[in-house]
Amino acid sequence: MDSNPPNETESSYPSCSSSRRSISSAQSKLSRPNSLREVTLGDSGSKKFRNGSRGGADSQGFSVSQKEISDEDARLIYINDPARTNEKFEYAGNSIRTAKYSVFTFLPRNLFEQFHRVAYIYFLVIAILNQLPQLAVFGRGASILPLAFVLLVTAVKDAYEDYRRHRSDRIENNRLALVLVNGEFRDKKWKDIEVGEIIKIHANETLPCDMVLLSTSDPTGIAYVQTINLDGESNLKTRYAKQETLSKTPEKEKVNGFIKCEKPNRNIYGFQANMEIDGKRLSLGPSNIILRGCELKNTAWAIGVAVHAGRETKAMLNSSGAPSKRSRLETRMNVEIIILSIFLIALCSIVSVFAAIWLRRHRDDLDTLPFYRRKDFSEAKPKNYKYYGWGWEIFFTFLMSVIVFQIMIPISLYISMELVRVGQAYFMIRDGGMYDEASNSRFQCRALNINEDLGQIKYVFSDKTGTLTENKMEFRCASIWGVDYSGSKGDLQSEQVAHEVEVDGMIFRPKMIVRTDPELLQLAKVGRESQRGKHVYDFFLALASCNTIVPFVVDTPDPSVKLIDYQGESPDEQALAYAAAAYGFMLIERTSGHIIIDFWGEKQRFNVLGLHEFDSDRKRMSVILGCPDKSVKVFVKGADTTMFSVIDRTLNKSVIQTTEGHLHSYSSLGLRTLVVGMRELNNSEFEQWHFAFVDASTALMGRAALLRKVANNIESNLRVLGASAIEDKLQQGVPDAIESLRMADIKVWVLTGDKQETAISIGYSSKLLTSKMTQIVINSNSKESCRKSLDDAIVMAKKLTSGSIVSHNMEGSSGAVITPVGLIIDGTSLVYVLDSELEEQLFKLASMCSVVLCCRVAPLQKAGIVALVKKRTSDMTLAIGDGANDVSMIQCADVGVGISGQEGRQAVMASDFAMGQFRFLVPLLLVHGHWNYQRMGYMILYNFYRNAVFVLILFWYVLFTCFTLTTAINEWSSMLYSIIYTSVPTIVVGILDKDLSKRTLLKHPQLYGAGHRQEAYNSKLFWLTMVDTLWQSVVAFFVPLLAYWNSTIDAPSIGDLWTLAAVILVNLHLAMDVVRWTWITHAAIWGSIVATWICVVCIDAIPMMPGYWAIFHIGGTPVFWWCLLIIVIAALVPHFVVKFIYQYYFPCDIQIAREAEKFGNLRGHGAIEIEMNPILEPHQR
Amino acid sequence: MADRGGTSSGGGGNGAPELAKKSRKPKYSRFSQQELPACKPILTPGWVITAFISIGVIFIPIGLASLFASQRVVEIVDRYDRDCIPRNVSDDGVGFIEDAKANKTCVRTLTVQKQMKSPIYVYYQISNFYQNHRRYVKSRDDKQLWSPKNERSSSDCKPEDFTSNGQPIIPCGLIAWSMFNDTYKFSVKDKVLEVNKKGIAWKSDREHKFGSDVYPKNFQSGALIGGAKLNSSIPLSQQEDLIVWMRPAALPTFRKLYGKIEVDLEPNDNITVIIENNYNTYSFGGNKKLVLSTTSWMGGKNDFLGVAYLTIGGLCLFLAISFILVYVLKPRPLGDPSYLSWNRNAAGHLN
Repeated sequence: MDSNPPNETESSYPSCSSSRRSISSAQSKLSRPNSLREVTLGDSGSKKFRNGSRGGADSQGFSVSQKEISDEDARLIYINDPARTNEKFEYAGNSIRTAKYSVFTFLPRNLFEQFHRVAYIYFLVIAILNQLPQLAVFGRGASILPLAFVLLVTAVKDAYEDYRRHRSDRIENNRLALVLVNGEFRDKKWKDIEVGEIIKIHANETLPCDMVLLSTSDPTGIAYVQTINLDGESNLKTRYAKQETLSKTPEKEKVNGFIKCEKPNRNIYGFQANMEIDGKRLSLGPSNIILRGCELKNTAWAIGVAVHAGRETKAMLNSSGAPSKRSRLETRMNVEIIILSIFLIALCSIVSVFAAIWLRRHRDDLDTLPFYRRKDFSEAKPKNYKYYGWGWEIFFTFLMSVIVFQIMIPISLYISMELVRVGQAYFMIRDGGMYDEASNSRFQCRALNINEDLGQIKYVFSDKTGTLTENKMEFRCASIWGVDYSGSKGDLQSEQVAHEVEVDGMIFRPKMIVRTDPELLQLAKVGRESQRGKHVYDFFLALASCNTIVPFVVDTPDPSVKLIDYQGESPDEQALAYAAAAYGFMLIERTSGHIIIDFWGEKQRFNVLGLHEFDSDRKRMSVILGCPDKSVKVFVKGADTTMFSVIDRTLNKSVIQTTEGHLHSYSSLGLRTLVVGMRELNNSEFEQWHFAFVDASTALMGRAALLRKVANNIESNLRVLGASAIEDKLQQGVPDAIESLRMADIKVWVLTGDKQETAISIGYSSKLLTSKMTQIVINSNSKESCRKSLDDAIVMAKKLTSGSIVSHNMEGSSGAVITPVGLIIDGTSLVYVLDSELEEQLFKLASMCSVVLCCRVAPLQKAGIVALVKKRTSDMTLAIGDGANDVSMIQCADVGVGISGQEGRQAVMASDFAMGQFRFLVPLLLVHGHWNYQRMGYMILYNFYRNAVFVLILFWYVLFTCFTLTTAINEWSSMLYSIIYTSVPTIVVGILDKDLSKRTLLKHPQLYGAGHRQEAYNSKLFWLTMVDTLWQSVVAFFVPLLAYWNSTIDAPSIGDLWTLAAVILVNLHLAMDVVRWTWITHAAIWGSIVATWICVVCIDAIPMMPGYWAIFHIGGTPVFWWCLLIIVIAALVPHFVVKFIYQYYFPCDIQIAREAEKFGNLRGHGAIEIEMNPILEPHQR
Repeated sequence: MADRGGTSSGGGGNGAPELAKKSRKPKYSRFSQQELPACKPILTPGWVITAFISIGVIFIPIGLASLFASQRVVEIVDRYDRDCIPRNVSDDGVGFIEDAKANKTCVRTLTVQKQMKSPIYVYYQISNFYQNHRRYVKSRDDKQLWSPKNERSSSDCKPEDFTSNGQPIIPCGLIAWSMFNDTYKFSVKDKVLEVNKKGIAWKSDREHKFGSDVYPKNFQSGALIGGAKLNSSIPLSQQEDLIVWMRPAALPTFRKLYGKIEVDLEPNDNITVIIENNYNTYSFGGNKKLVLSTTSWMGGKNDFLGVAYLTIGGLCLFLAISFILVYVLKPRPLGDPSYLSWNRNAAGHLN
């Protein structure tokens, strides 16, 4: 629509396709579109514009940015005219509100949110039922107390959090920014910024809102931003102002125009808009917008128009919480909750039936029965009072019994569990062993409700790059023109001084030192004349230029030395650029149209005529360079698979063959390889390409596809230059971590996008694969062959694994062959397996294998594999990854762990837990997971027991009160029972108790099996606990009953006895099961008992209560104390005996380890240490 | 940084900004690292056996002492509800008791089996009377009993809250209305035994719960008389029978203190009791008993606690002995790694 030289800048971040992302920011400087390669050094006078090609990111949906924005989906922003912008449409102001409540809305909104929980609704219904006069079991106050207490605790917590948010909002909203008002820039508070206003930002300032760049201090309109607050990536990103707006100075001339842009959305890598300025229409992409929260760097100032403000900014839209998951234990617990509900209904039914029978039998006496008195004789005609007929009475009895026995369903458990998880999270976050020094990151607990799942993980799905490895790429060796320079002929100069360049008395030095091959170094230095040296020159020129790296100069303490820091999005590119620098090809400047490479002290300027960015379809990128000798060359680098298809195979056959050989040997060393090719362009070829390129990059529709076509045309008939090999170092401690996980009987699956050879070699170096392991490799190209190889593999695996079992049964036979099986399968085969009937086969096979390695898998396949396992087993799965490509897998697994590493924060944002290093998985699972599981399992059982004991005591008494739900226990006591009397110890124990020390757990990873075997919580334990509960309640109830049979005992007195007996009993029961007594545990348990005494005494000191002074009377008699003593002992003896017999004669692993922990040292080092050693490495026997 | 992976370490220029950045390393404290000093008790056989033996050693003497104390208590129980009805109307207890003209006096003779040291407590025992029935137990107003200001009582007292002409009843409610009204007169060898009815209620109730300026009003003025009447010139705080009755019994069979006899009774003394059999337990099939009992340090006559202590003590000794036997026969060394599951059954852990 516009025939003028189109001035397009398109850049996008392919957001989630590949772990190796790259940014496209291609600039070429041409004086005129039709000019020939008029390359002028230092030209600054001519009109500049840039061409850029889009990456292949359109497959992610960015291609929509090319479409017209329909009017109803658009926002119209008039530049520098906020009044007009905002008159029709209500755009959000820039004041933000992360706080949820205000002073006035706090109460209703907070209550509304709290009542979203089922538990609270149960509480509420019970409390409401109790308010009906017919059902008033408890007094008003007592019945509302538990609910009010819980609501209050949560409200105080929410209010505090909200207060902190308010405070940070206020600080944020009152920051100042320069806004154009009446022709000059003035300070304005952030909250007052409106959409449409023009804002000026200086270097190192934070952006107040999302804005479209108009101009920057850079004459070509580049601005660098750091997006660490947005996506966690610390490298700088380039943004561009439009050509048309560059020269405008809004202070002086009025800018007329408007921007039509999409509605606010969360995609931080996408933006589409059109700008109409001075009658010209331009399209805007994600590279023209700078987002709130970013910081402007290396740019003196930038001017932009606010397009999204406040809550509509992408940063605010993205600040959402973690997804909520439900823990396995909690799901499991719900079964028992249902059983308890059945108990509850049974208890209520028993009471109702008995009450019905009693009423029926006494129906003739009820009128005058002194303790019933159905009729009111004060009237002339006696009528019934408080009596609604037999049926209704039964019904009311039922409801009343539900009210009285309400805590049978331990609603307080849900609140306790939440508190316990917060406490557990605190300890996980504070664990010094899970702090990563390198990235300065602590462990993060993003999901709060699945702590205990960490103790039951059976499958770990791990990404490779950045998870097992550091994702810190390092150039290792190269093959150039068929010659391998891997330093094998001589040692690499490891302690070499960095290559430096002296310019104007300043020494420039790359930030990272790369080990160099001396022969290659020599060749690169002097050998330009020789044929061999020329290839080396081209090769390194390609490495230095064919990238999107931006060099930055960093000051050092020594003023004469400057460091050159290569900023780029792909670690591979950085590594290659540093490598080129080490061999003397130092990229020292990249501006919009040219790059300057320092070649052994000699500066050379190359014009970047065009750049085709990396995309995941082509898997290569290319750059078209105008060289100082006026030749035009295209350099291409990319993955071997796609490169060899565009290389002219008729040329230099032997070179191609040897290069292929080298590639193979590199990848089997675990190195990442890239192939570099080049071609010289003649005039006509260049012209042809240039027109196509200009056409494509200015096209409004389908630009990405057009650009890709142009790229495919130029990237053909290449001459192979060589290949580079980059090492991705294993993270510290990965082999040990994998070994520990394997010993803990956790299956580790590695899913990687790398080549099979690379994956296998990483597998070996990370001890995932061992030499003793039999490898089953499945590479199939059709469904049929896939089926066949799966069948074969199953037969083989069966043979191998069953063989090993047989050999084990023959105890002592030294020829026992343990043949673990490792399965290696590639992405192509997985295409046929996933979502077909072969899934079943694969799972069967995989479950026989101890290791599964999937190579060349796409992000969605990763999720598919996790889903495959999740569907077929009830075992817990954990996915760990660091990149955007792992997000789907992380979300799919039961537990998602994100590595906060080099690749941004998407993985962390999607994860439940985030940490800095793979090896932290070991303390996370084996230590914290184990503890959390044990604690939570015990806590749930204990809470069931604790409440059921009390309910049963109430129930037994009801049988002696004509089934009328009278409670001898004071109503306040019965409400305080689960709030004050017994709640604190269980929470403290749930947070602090440790069955085993960290050292023991790490030393014997097998102890993790307790979680797999569900040792801390299962139905056997549940029923045992319930039987124990029954016995304890019988003792606690009937001992006082019989001791006070035929006596003058009054209800409140014996009620106090029952209260105290129950509280002491359950607290001592807990005390018996506590493993580790710290002063906090002591304080909680004994403190609760003391608090109960105080409460009981206080309640009995109120003259208005029927039980006034009861505790003092009964406490003065010895029978009371004898009762308490015998109740506690008699009730706990069975638990104690069973516990002891079980621990002593049927000890579980945990028990033995605990004894070893306590007594191991006492027995001296000799016996125990020698015996322990084999346990550490059972696989090596 | 520099210590990791050596080769990638920089020229040293980046050291300063790294240091300047605030480290987020969690501060070390024994609490946050879960390393607080702790005691980790383990149930060792020695510990368990000692515990059981000591329980046995402590419980058996306590059991014997309680049993002994209980045995020393002398108790005379006489059920009189059936026998105090004239034979001709024995089928119609309710009719007899509701007949205002009938002579309710009844004479019983009790023989003292063993010497009874003073004080001898006189109780009445009623069974099948649900003083803990929900309708009943709630039918009172503690505020009204406490102060004359709260005369107009709450609705809890219904139907005994107001008279038919709207006057408040003090004390209101079913509990007060149904107050026990049998009386006993004792004599031995024609000598009257004084029954001391002072101090039978709790001191705390007399002084703080029942107001000394609250007088009975309109009590038992309705159509249906439930039980005792009160002298409206005596404040509630001195109506000790009422106070005793108002303390609701825990169980459907209960005793309440009637008074104290403060002389010793010798064996074979015959006590003549003149009972005014007024209280209607016939309507609900409850029985009435008169109880004379001495006390011990353990309270009244009840063997249960003694037996229970002996049983538990014996059981614990038995357990201790069996654990010793088993420990001798089949000991297990504590903390022996050969008992660990993966050492016992390696086949289960192939990987």
